[in-house]
Amino acid sequence: MTLAYNAILPEIVIFGGAVLVLLVDLFRRVAQSEARNSTVLSYLSLAVVAVSAILTFTAAADGRTVMFQTSAVADTLTAAIRLVVLVTTALVLLIGSRYVPSFTHQTGEYYTLLLICAGAMMTMAMAADLMMLFLALETFSLSLILLAGMFRENPHSTEASMKYFLLSAFASAFFVYGAALVYGATGTIALASLASSAALPSPLLFVGVALLLVGFGFKLSVAPFHMWTPDVYQGAPTTVTAFMSVGTKTAMLGALIRLFILALPETWANSTSILMILAVLTMTVGNLTALSQTSLKRMLGYSSIAHAGYLLAGLVPGTENAIDGALFYLFTYAFMNVGAFIIIIAIEQPIETDIERSQLRGAGQKAPWLAGFMALFLFSLSGIPPLAGFFGKFLLFRAIIEGGFLWLAIAMVLNSAISAYYYLRVIVAMYFRSGAKPLPVTQGTRGLYLGMVAAGVMVLVIGFFPSFWLQLLTR
Amino acid sequence: MFDLLTLVTFLPLLGVLALFAVRSEMFRKVGALAVSLMTFVVSLFLLVNWNPMEPGGFAREVQFNWFPEIGLSFHLGVDGISLWLVLLTTFMMPIAVAFSNLYVKDRIGQHLILLLLLETALIGVFLALDLVLFFVFFEFTLIPMYFLIGQWGSENREYAAIKFVMYTLLGSAFMLVAVVSVYALTGTFSIMEITRVLPATAGIGFQTLGFLAFVLAFAVKIPLFPFHTWLPDAHVQAPTAGSIMLASLLLKMGAYGIFRLAIPFFPAAAAELLVYVILLALAGIVYGGLVALQQKDVKSLVAYSSVAHMGFIVLGLFVFNTQGVSGAILQMINHGLSTGALFLMVGFLYERRHTRRFADFGGLWKSIPVYCAFFLIIAMSSAGLPGLNGFVGEFSILMGAYAVNPGYALVASVGVVLAAWYLLTAYRKLAQGEIVHQENRADVLSDLNSQELSMLVPVVVMCFALGLFPNLLLDKIVPAVELWLPGR
Repeated sequence: MTLAYNAILPEIVIFGGAVLVLLVDLFRRVAQSEARNSTVLSYLSLAVVAVSAILTFTAAADGRTVMFQTSAVADTLTAAIRLVVLVTTALVLLIGSRYVPSFTHQTGEYYTLLLICAGAMMTMAMAADLMMLFLALETFSLSLILLAGMFRENPHSTEASMKYFLLSAFASAFFVYGAALVYGATGTIALASLASSAALPSPLLFVGVALLLVGFGFKLSVAPFHMWTPDVYQGAPTTVTAFMSVGTKTAMLGALIRLFILALPETWANSTSILMILAVLTMTVGNLTALSQTSLKRMLGYSSIAHAGYLLAGLVPGTENAIDGALFYLFTYAFMNVGAFIIIIAIEQPIETDIERSQLRGAGQKAPWLAGFMALFLFSLSGIPPLAGFFGKFLLFRAIIEGGFLWLAIAMVLNSAISAYYYLRVIVAMYFRSGAKPLPVTQGTRGLYLGMVAAGVMVLVIGFFPSFWLQLLTR
Repeated sequence: MFDLLTLVTFLPLLGVLALFAVRSEMFRKVGALAVSLMTFVVSLFLLVNWNPMEPGGFAREVQFNWFPEIGLSFHLGVDGISLWLVLLTTFMMPIAVAFSNLYVKDRIGQHLILLLLLETALIGVFLALDLVLFFVFFEFTLIPMYFLIGQWGSENREYAAIKFVMYTLLGSAFMLVAVVSVYALTGTFSIMEITRVLPATAGIGFQTLGFLAFVLAFAVKIPLFPFHTWLPDAHVQAPTAGSIMLASLLLKMGAYGIFRLAIPFFPAAAAELLVYVILLALAGIVYGGLVALQQKDVKSLVAYSSVAHMGFIVLGLFVFNTQGVSGAILQMINHGLSTGALFLMVGFLYERRHTRRFADFGGLWKSIPVYCAFFLIIAMSSAGLPGLNGFVGEFSILMGAYAVNPGYALVASVGVVLAAWYLLTAYRKLAQGEIVHQENRADVLSDLNSQELSMLVPVVVMCFALGLFPNLLLDKIVPAVELWLPGR
């Protein structure tokens, strides 16, 4: 059997690019200043991401390919997850060129780890057996742990890294034990043959699946496994927070869809009541806690928990519409959420990695463009039409109601309405209050503004032409 | 794509883009006024070749795909009802823009951009024939209104702005569930399709829940007693142009939604529950009138009078006969004109004296007689004096209500008396008596200037025109209502 290189070229390019970045950094670092080095590396990484994106499209044109016996598969789901991860990575690279040297001297390592992490996240969506899944999961978790702790002078960053390490270790332990039990019950690790082997329900399989779900729950910050999220989001360098908030969700949901909904549809259908409870709990805890936050990064951390809840709720019906909806939602979420973090980066001070809501007072007058884009991203996050976030929610919503989960739908719209309150409070601070101090716009670079405008334009364009993007993602 | 309906809807949005392009405040002011006037003129062309077609009675329609994967199409249409609401919108907008041009000093460019955005959203709501499109425009009105209240409002504006948005969002949350459930049942978002299919397919349980979900969203908007508590806050805190928009147009979205969606989709439930809605409407009429009597602030008096007047409109919609329903539609236009003009008058006064408390006025007749004359005319039009616009609508609603249940008409006529009472009281407190405060003397206080008159006179002319020749509107309203009525 020949290996279909075409189908895995996007990942090969990303991992190869990571090595390339490391080498370039090694030979350039002596001669160049830190900032210059960071700019060069970020452009190099961007080029790698762009090539990978093109290859994603050519690979997708080949249709469904199974590789390495049955351990990897490239299909439309893989392509969609790859695309969302690549878009997120590109945005994060674009905004980081000036920001990265402000918190670390190891710019080369930063870009390398970021690319490795992206590559592993893409692999998650390709993994078609439990072993491959575990390898990809570990690779991107370890990269994220290192990335979260790169701001060494800031104790919060170290704490974030440590916390993420411990919780990831827990999650991995649950995951690997669950995988072992599933193997014990079915005698296979290939997802394709799980379904037929799992026809006979056994307690061993049940426990295995439950443990796997707990592992996923930790990584997706599903309540009650969400405790680490706000601390890690707040402590990590903001580009890393932006990257992990979207990237982790994308990779984990891709794997969740492949492992549960596609490979074990009956198990998924039998556990809808548990999943519903988890989803409603997650969004409610996320939103209610976000209401009382004053730190913007913490608020977005809790809001990201809430969005994980929406995504999980949207997947409960397990239908094709549900999967399409979740993929579309992730795509829109990449732009609006990274977008919101871009604004935070723009006004962050070099020493702190945190912004209080009150620091944004009067931004509407002092930095009208920043404030305008922030308002756009926040409106989209709260799902006000006709922005991208509205259609994301609408698709999830349609899947939920078509599946007949009326109460879940009601819980979701109410949550969505509540969430508007804390997003609006940021807008209140920016527009309805005047601040005494001038807004410290320190990190503004061309790349950052380019990223902000690109994300903002996409939030509008997806809203006005949703059909094109849905087809692009799900075909 | 370039037909009249799309043009009317998106002309203000094009204006917004143009306003972004220019920097000079002068150009922005002139530009916004020009765009809003142009939209009005273009919207008048809707009357040309008026030829409503069966079924549905739409004179013009336009439809193209927007998001076919979810069945969402960009579908607009105009019939004898939406026509007048669109014209009301395009008529009131230049007046609001002119007021802001004259008096808003702070960030006027942004202010005008928000007003024009609001205009596009409002016209979209009134023309939408696709349920999701309706929802998109309906929710989008929140953004400009939120900023208008929050940035240019009075002391308590933050609270009022957030309260306004949260009430509406929570109200429409259930509507969104109902919208998608309706789609799951009928497989379409086309409003006319749903009207045709849904009543026959949906069981009474589904209908009841759907009706309640829609009515809750619209009851908050109208506002129907007891969902009205956001309204006085929003009105009192909003800038004058915002109040005009809110009273004249935004409240109408709720009544229009009930007329266009809630009742036709769920007729069985509407028939079942109409008594409760009517009782709430009557409660609103009496409550709004009584509370308006107690107000010490001119603007909150007008705000509570809106609660009472909107109660009339809901009452008319739910009596299900030609007189009642066409009266309600007519009254939507009348209330838009009269209350818009009342807020305009309050705005003129506030810009001169920076207070709205009755206690600070008195004897204005001696110092600013022209102002007082206009105030009296508009107050009378709002109170329903024969010969002015308010009378025809109110009378028609009362007739319709009487035909169903004389008790309804009796309670509602208490509201008519109350309206005359609080409006005349307002006039007495402002205009009559002796001048107590030095600031109100003729040599300090200036009367209406030509710019202000140019805003007021068109409204007053319309008040007389509709009062004397209501058939101008009714000729198109009644056939549309008669198409709407069967099966109720």
